[in-house]
Amino acid sequence: MIAAASIAILTTIGIVLSLVFNTVEFFRLYNAWDFFFGVEWAPSFSGRGGASELGVLPLLWGTLYISIVALAVAIPIGLFSAIYLSEYASPRVRAIAKPALEVLAGIPTIVYGLFALLTVGPLLVSVFGEGGYLGVDWQGGGRAVLTAGIVMGMMLIPFVSSLSDDIINAVPQAMRDGSYGLGATQSETIRQVVLPAALPGIVGAILLAASRAIGETMIVVLGAGAAARLSLNPFEAMTTVTAKIVSQLTGDSDFASPEALVAFALGMTLFVLTLGLNVIALYIVRKYREQYD
Amino acid sequence: MTDASVTPTAAPKPNTSLHQTDARTRKRNAAEKRFKAYGIAAILVGVTFLVILAVSIIRSGLPAFTQTVISVPFTLTQEQFDDAESQLFKTKAYSGHFNSALVETLKAEGLEVSADAKAFERILGKTGGTLREFYAENPDKLGQEVDFELSASSRVDGYMNGRVTRENMEDSRFLEKADLDTVDALIEVGIIKEAFNWNFITGADSGVDNPGGAGIGASVVGSFFMMLVVLFLSLPIGVAASIYLEEFAPQNKFTDLIEVNISNLAAVPSIVFGILGLAVFIQFMHLPQSAPLVGGLVLTLMTLPTIIISTRASLKAVPPSIRDAALGVGASKMQAVFHHVLPLAMPGILTGTIIGLAQALGETAPLLLIGMVGFVARGYPDGFIAGFTEPNSAMPAQIYTWAARADVGFYEKAWGGIIILLLFLLTMNILAVILRRRFERRW
Repeated sequence: MIAAASIAILTTIGIVLSLVFNTVEFFRLYNAWDFFFGVEWAPSFSGRGGASELGVLPLLWGTLYISIVALAVAIPIGLFSAIYLSEYASPRVRAIAKPALEVLAGIPTIVYGLFALLTVGPLLVSVFGEGGYLGVDWQGGGRAVLTAGIVMGMMLIPFVSSLSDDIINAVPQAMRDGSYGLGATQSETIRQVVLPAALPGIVGAILLAASRAIGETMIVVLGAGAAARLSLNPFEAMTTVTAKIVSQLTGDSDFASPEALVAFALGMTLFVLTLGLNVIALYIVRKYREQYD
Repeated sequence: MTDASVTPTAAPKPNTSLHQTDARTRKRNAAEKRFKAYGIAAILVGVTFLVILAVSIIRSGLPAFTQTVISVPFTLTQEQFDDAESQLFKTKAYSGHFNSALVETLKAEGLEVSADAKAFERILGKTGGTLREFYAENPDKLGQEVDFELSASSRVDGYMNGRVTRENMEDSRFLEKADLDTVDALIEVGIIKEAFNWNFITGADSGVDNPGGAGIGASVVGSFFMMLVVLFLSLPIGVAASIYLEEFAPQNKFTDLIEVNISNLAAVPSIVFGILGLAVFIQFMHLPQSAPLVGGLVLTLMTLPTIIISTRASLKAVPPSIRDAALGVGASKMQAVFHHVLPLAMPGILTGTIIGLAQALGETAPLLLIGMVGFVARGYPDGFIAGFTEPNSAMPAQIYTWAARADVGFYEKAWGGIIILLLFLLTMNILAVILRRRFERRW
């Protein structure tokens, strides 16, 4: 039984070792400075080394940008849903709406990926693209930051709403009653008493959702495109760390070449990023929880 | 404090009634209504997303389950058979006989069609091969009338379910506008019709140029073998780990480390597990690429945290009085746990395991890295052992492969595959809910 319990540790060690060894191998072939601060991502598959530009910044920017769009969709919708469900909704509405939103979390990401590629992408092009409803020519192709961001936001709604719902419910009723007693309306109570009290927990929930967004693969592989660029235009195709891990490791290139090994360095970056976010999020959530117990 | 006596003389109180709402109250009430409306709007948006998703899955996926077939009664005489077999292009001769029979049938219905052999091939696909195969296997059917059901080409299939229209199609070597007149005539007399596509459910993947023949059956088998690995590894390991942590573990640094590890692993992106699988199982241990065994191992590591967390929750839910009673009548600690606590926690454990399996079944990203994509599963694995070790695809990987292909015909298959995948997930989740309802005990 101890052995079974230790598998968790072995897995972590396995992840760290397989990432570290291959990353070290990569940095032996490729300059670490160029990797972390390079603004150009242009791997060559023809030769080994030399010709490839493997800067991580465009990928990190793509990841960040898509995550920001996703959170911009998920946070307002998720948060307002949570507030409505926990403060206003009748038990019947709650019994229907809460599971309905949570279904969104149970759908495999490949489904969202296909949805982004084949439904949302063409839909956005028909609105923002050439000859679209708005009469503007902003979006060239279906694969774009906006496409992936919106669909990823859909996926994240239940993460934000469920966790926030739990946290808002954990705010003691006495605080609300005190506020009502002073003559505040329900929305004033929520805005000025409940939300500030629940804020640390909500921030934790948002950080967890953000770490989910950064590590998400299938939606960006299918919806965001393959071109790595540093741009502010949400209608352009961009790519992310996860999408490039997939494309670098599923190609035909030799495992010993820097073009393939860079995927492990990317994986390491991703692992450290998400781990950091999770640790901070769990810390905030845990610290908050101690206040009322 | 001294100021208190000064301030009250500020402004005289206006004469208002509680029954008349003043501007400020109206403003506050409006803000209240607005706030509530935001909440309702947010929920509606969320539910709308869900509905749009469901509608687009069903609308785009259902055509994958139907197939356009051409059903024609056809008689091949012994002379025609001998004649065809004696020629250089045998299958072409078979097609020729079939086409002339088809034209005759149409004439009998009072329809004139002007279509040459090339046009028939564009509509029907290559019929000759199928016919030749049939008569080679059933020589006794020569001279008798046989009802053939041949699948139409994928463009005709697209025309039938609205993907290809007269407006959006361009003449190509696959289909020309003039052919659609022939197709319309064939539809009118009921020779071309829709039939349920069993091949999609039972068949294997086809090549990149044949979306019509692609089926998901082989990858369902691949997923099944992967789930077997996940089930038989993660359930015992997960339960053993949870029992240790929950019932036996002392409070020390080591168990703390395990706990921190488990909660962190649950949040590691799935693609990192793919990297782990690639580095450890394939690079280091040299297990076969694209094998369900490797996929199963990776998914096991990924689902273990989920299963451990839910198992511990259900062990925790068993009240301590059960343990105390067992220990009180002389049971050892082992006996108390395995004879009393574990059976009571079992429904909860199974529910958690099923939900974990459902998660693993839909996971795609790690499978991409261990090579389950790009592999064309043309057939079923032969035998039980081969099911684990032979390269195969899995449902989500197969869907991704189809979505990444250039031919638009495959998109329909990808949506269809998603319907099948979601049906599996739905079944598993319903099973979990039933288990929970049936055996849940409140202490």
